[in-house]
Amino acid sequence: MAQKIDQLQKHMLEKIADLHSVPEGAYNIRSNGTLSGRNTTANIDIVSKEDKPGIDIIIKPGTRNESVHIPVIVSQSGLKDLVYNDFYIGEDADVTIVAGCGIHCGGDDTTEHDGIHTFHIGKNAKVKYVEKHYGEGDGAGERILNPTTVIYMEPDSYMEMETTQIKGVDSTIRDTTAKLEDGATLIIKEKIMTHGKQYAETNFQVDLDGVDSTANVVSRSVAKGTSRQVFNSKICGNNKCYGHTECDAILMDEGHVVAVPSLDANNLDASLIHEAAIGKIAGEQLTKLMTLGLTEQEAEEQIVSGFLK
Amino acid sequence: MLELQNICYQVTEDSQDIDILRNVSLKIDDEFTVITGPNGGGKSTMAKIITGIVKPTSGKILLDGEDITDLSITDRARKGISFAFQQPVRFKGLTVLDLLNLAHGEKLSLDAACQYMSEVGLCARDYINREVNASLSGGELKRIEIAMVLARGTKLSIFDEPEAGIDLWSFNNLIRVFEEMRRKIEGSIVIISHQERILNIADHIVVIADGQVSEQGTREEVLPKLLTSSEACSTLMDKVV
Repeated sequence: MAQKIDQLQKHMLEKIADLHSVPEGAYNIRSNGTLSGRNTTANIDIVSKEDKPGIDIIIKPGTRNESVHIPVIVSQSGLKDLVYNDFYIGEDADVTIVAGCGIHCGGDDTTEHDGIHTFHIGKNAKVKYVEKHYGEGDGAGERILNPTTVIYMEPDSYMEMETTQIKGVDSTIRDTTAKLEDGATLIIKEKIMTHGKQYAETNFQVDLDGVDSTANVVSRSVAKGTSRQVFNSKICGNNKCYGHTECDAILMDEGHVVAVPSLDANNLDASLIHEAAIGKIAGEQLTKLMTLGLTEQEAEEQIVSGFLK
Repeated sequence: MLELQNICYQVTEDSQDIDILRNVSLKIDDEFTVITGPNGGGKSTMAKIITGIVKPTSGKILLDGEDITDLSITDRARKGISFAFQQPVRFKGLTVLDLLNLAHGEKLSLDAACQYMSEVGLCARDYINREVNASLSGGELKRIEIAMVLARGTKLSIFDEPEAGIDLWSFNNLIRVFEEMRRKIEGSIVIISHQERILNIADHIVVIADGQVSEQGTREEVLPKLLTSSEACSTLMDKVV
């Protein structure tokens, strides 16, 4: 497959996947709705779907210390891109998957990417999934990203999902659902910053179906300008299990955050906890950093970037 | 040298004027000064007035002869004033190393960060990447607070009850830290404290009670009076016995 990575794409790849060149290992680069680069390895196969847009990523059982990058770049104003990516992670595999979408919108038309990612995680497999969303461009067109993540976890599997949206996405609805079997562990860390008039909605639903299944869903967010955020997180404990969900938000300017953590315990041995805290930056934090010689604005920047680190 | 001239600080509570500080005048030279006195006497307020966190109702603050009364917290910090809070602030996300770097003004080498941490009795390896959040105990936070002042290395360092919340073993180290600081920085160290062992290493002692300087002088002059006068400093007596 010919490599067609131009300067803009290169810049976007840096933003969403920390990539400075074509990644090592398996990868699939989707640009403006078409394939612009792919590599497979002996253990990781990537196959285009025939019935709908998207790919199947098939990771052989026992694959260790390999990574898959599947970045998506949309730079064509007005494009509405929809993609289905299905991951099949074999038993005992231990892999890192880096996804992400960058929209560069230079025109006045709404540009949208909706990625639907489904994970089938085999017994005892371990997955680190990193997802970054980023938007930029001078055009007046809205940049919309609606990622959906569906996770099926077989016994004793482990998944850590880091999902980040720091800048430039005008509207996002992020749906994540997970079903965990016996002994499975799911850790989700979400980081969101909205500014201007942006809107971000997050919906997590985790079903702890298996004995000793564990979920920890943690969201940290900052709402600046007149942006709005809604955080819905529901953990259902259907067995002897442990679930924790936490939403921590910093409000700035006229930001608006709604946090709706919800717990549903269907079993006497389900142990579920939720925490939510929303507020402006504490005055004493600013004061402390100012006594170190920072201006108020520098202090604010440090606190926000540390919070979302 | 720091000089306070006729500092007054008044607050209004339930439409009543309350004097927190009344006409406090003080000179603090390049030496080790301990400010002591009963709780509620105005010591912490005075530290906050020196650092710019609280604006005095009237009076002047001079640093090396320059009037800094109207300067911001930031400007005073940049002119060389450091302040270790009595109740350290927690930060979600910022690590111990982040705070040490900010305090130092530039990125510290790992060795240097390690040095500051070990001076306050903490092993850098265990701490520098930890978030300064609720997972740290009060005593750990106090020591990190002191390490930040060490990392700044300014000409005036103010510590508000550094011993509070520190265990005995660390307390011994703390005394050594302050002695070392005096030797290295060659600036002024001001400690607000009730501890006799801290008073014992002071060059100069100032007693603040009821919003006023009730006593000041060399350690030899002031300390014997404090230890015999239960009226002047009953809180001190409670703590040192």
